[in-house]
Amino acid sequence: MGLAQSWSVALSGVDGVPVEIEAHVGLGLPGLALVGLPDAALHESKERVRAAVLNSEETWPNRRTTLALSPATLPKGGASYDLALACAVLAADRAVPDNGLLRRTALLGELALDGRLRPVPGVLPALLAARRAGLASAVVPVSTLAEAALVAGIEVFGASRLRDVLAWLRGSTSVLVRPGEPDPVRQPAVPDLADVIGQAEARWALEVAAAGGHHLLLTGPPGTGKTMLARRLVGLLPELTIDEALEVTGIHSVAGRLSPSAPLLTTPPLVSPHHSASLASLVGGGSGLARPGAISLAHRGVLFLDEVAEFSPYALEALRTPLEDGEVRISRTEGVVRYPARFQLVMAANPCPCAPARDVDCICTGHARRRYQARLSGPLLDRVDVRVRMLPTNAAELADAAPAESTAVVRERVLQARARAAQRWSGHGWRTNAEVPGSALRRTFRLARAAVRPIDQALREGRLTARGADRCLRLAWTLADLAGRTQPDDHLVWAALGLRDPQVAA
Amino acid sequence: MDANELGRFGEQIAADFLVRQGMVVLSRNWRCRQGELDLVAADGRRLVVCEVKTRSGTGFGHPAEAVTRHKIGRIRQLTRCWLAEHRVRWCEVRFDVLSVHCPPDGEPQVEHLTGVF
Repeated sequence: MGLAQSWSVALSGVDGVPVEIEAHVGLGLPGLALVGLPDAALHESKERVRAAVLNSEETWPNRRTTLALSPATLPKGGASYDLALACAVLAADRAVPDNGLLRRTALLGELALDGRLRPVPGVLPALLAARRAGLASAVVPVSTLAEAALVAGIEVFGASRLRDVLAWLRGSTSVLVRPGEPDPVRQPAVPDLADVIGQAEARWALEVAAAGGHHLLLTGPPGTGKTMLARRLVGLLPELTIDEALEVTGIHSVAGRLSPSAPLLTTPPLVSPHHSASLASLVGGGSGLARPGAISLAHRGVLFLDEVAEFSPYALEALRTPLEDGEVRISRTEGVVRYPARFQLVMAANPCPCAPARDVDCICTGHARRRYQARLSGPLLDRVDVRVRMLPTNAAELADAAPAESTAVVRERVLQARARAAQRWSGHGWRTNAEVPGSALRRTFRLARAAVRPIDQALREGRLTARGADRCLRLAWTLADLAGRTQPDDHLVWAALGLRDPQVAA
Repeated sequence: MDANELGRFGEQIAADFLVRQGMVVLSRNWRCRQGELDLVAADGRRLVVCEVKTRSGTGFGHPAEAVTRHKIGRIRQLTRCWLAEHRVRWCEVRFDVLSVHCPPDGEPQVEHLTGVF
């Protein structure tokens, strides 16, 4: 007859909620009841836990056992509670001492039937929540130990078997693995900008997009380097700050795609889904509680949609609200989940279905051309600041032996421009020009009347939407940052209009 | 010892166990159309209906785990039949499970789970 508690963490999106697990072993026929809104995977943990305990040479209490997961109204799922459930049962049966260690330790991990501890997703956000709840230590599967060690201020231990965790609870201190020195962060190899031949205008547009965090659309015939350019954008972006890195790593942890040895992501991620991607895979989804989609995995990084006209229109239109809000809220049967999704959108498309090297050779009917271009809707295009039309590379450019500017050179300029912008907005909490709200651009940082005349004119003639006007202003600020000016003048505003839509500037 | 012999051996041990506890065994292996009650005893105040489970090892689980929901329902039904046949108007009834563990080499162990359903 006994009662014991242990702790684990439930995840809702990337936010963790500490879960108290109570075990009661009492009178009655042998049996196990699990209460607290478990889903199917958690319900099956009854069988896993029992087998793992028996195979770890422990005895299972042959009494009526009740396990309660609190808060009872929060739906809980997944296999990550197995370890905490096993320890709670054995502590209630007095097989391990209930010496307070269990009450200040978060236990995470799925149990195999033979008592091995299997890795679970979301260890990083779970431990952040455990630390907030005031738990002093945590035991995680040994393969996620490097990820767990990223959380400072909580003592983490790695375990490979249930038996070792029980020995630790019984007082032997050396059975669990302590985190070692983290592996040096490996920088993923980003291809160099020097590989791109010609395309001076597109390279410039890429630099502007990188400097201001603006969304970018590249159109042009195949083989002109659209995809090459887009893949080189992450190389131009600054490294993530430690807070950003933890935030991004947390999202990737929930999605279960961290490398076990060097989990911390320090460079902006590049996510490039195939054009057959479904709505759910793009914005997040799945049954029960939604899992993060491509836009959340691209948080603080780049979402690259190659062949964007081939994407399903529903999937593309779903990007509109996250583009504005920087986060996405998805409702499923078990509740609403919020995932951050502040990404830089880069799209590449052909001008028409036949896409010849030179546009004059196009054999598409006018109708087919229009229909192809109409796949990118107005509202979505309106949110894209920089749109470049790329031209075929000519023979002279190909033959030119002089190497183009490398990533390192361009990155230096981008970082300087970003530093200027960050200093200007520092009092307001924005970091890039793309994050600044339109009202601030129109009031606090209002430009001279003469400077905004091109925008006023385009607005008056209906060639620009109000949102488009705000986006032009942001772009103009970026151009000023790159040019080393304190404020954009009317020339830079004209240039911004031109980068945004060549036809409006004409 | 085959399964039937083991079961009878276990029931004998269980009956002796109850007698040692000061109970009076009223029926052993009482049968009717619906089935059989292993042991019906009285402890002075109330009727104690016992299901006896005997196992020679725990490889297939604890003996008491073999008492399923279906079996519980049948024992309740049989108890009503027993009360009707013996013209007992009203009395308090307790349902127990006696799990008898008979290892091939050693003393049988009896575990008494009282008032379990």
